[in-house]
Amino acid sequence: MRDAAADTLNLVYLARLREAFGMASERIQPPAGIDTVAALRAWLAARGGTWAAELAPGRAVRIAVNHDVAEPDTPVRAGDEVALFPPVTGG
Amino acid sequence: MPVRVQTEDFDVARELAVLRAGDPAIGAVAAFIGTVRDVNDSAQVATMTLEHYPGMTEKALAAIVDAAKSRWNIVDALVVHRVGALKPADQIVLVGVTSAHRGEAFAACEFIIDYLKTRAPLWKKEETGEGTRWVEARATDDDAAARWQSRE
Repeated sequence: MRDAAADTLNLVYLARLREAFGMASERIQPPAGIDTVAALRAWLAARGGTWAAELAPGRAVRIAVNHDVAEPDTPVRAGDEVALFPPVTGG
Repeated sequence: MPVRVQTEDFDVARELAVLRAGDPAIGAVAAFIGTVRDVNDSAQVATMTLEHYPGMTEKALAAIVDAAKSRWNIVDALVVHRVGALKPADQIVLVGVTSAHRGEAFAACEFIIDYLKTRAPLWKKEETGEGTRWVEARATDDDAAARWQSRE
């Protein structure tokens, strides 16, 4: 038996995106070919509605993979925690 | 602990005393304290709620402190950042830096808060008379952080 968490992507939504999407996190089976941050963003945007609006190209969305800031070409693999959030405003 | 995220308030004098305790090599202590303003973008702020990304926040803050330590000859640095519901005049964040001489402490302290504002996963939400709103990131904060890159 494999650990279920190791087969899935743990997606985390923060701040405005958490409110817009109506959830703080979800686990998904990474679809075939969705192996980078950019591909994952586009796949989520294809859900339409709020997802399409918030994740549209040009919208400022920051993405972190396993707690490190990611670039569009950063790889995404099963077992990763991928967080999507707006530009930060702490301090 | 060089970085902490907490809901409770902090005592600046006590935090800085602990930071420099028992080290006579320290000749300078610089500190920045960020506080809640009552007016932002011309709206009266009743409550400011800070949210963060547990796990990543601590990692990002520690990385910023490490970057400061590798860049300047400082003795130590501390970051305490509050989360949760805050009122105008409340303390939000403390950055403290110790060094032998003031130049390094001042520079590293400013660097840490500039990087924190653009890299640490924290978000502010304001309650005003017109409802609640997420604070938008400011280009001036990006400019402040970028200044340090052009000096490398």
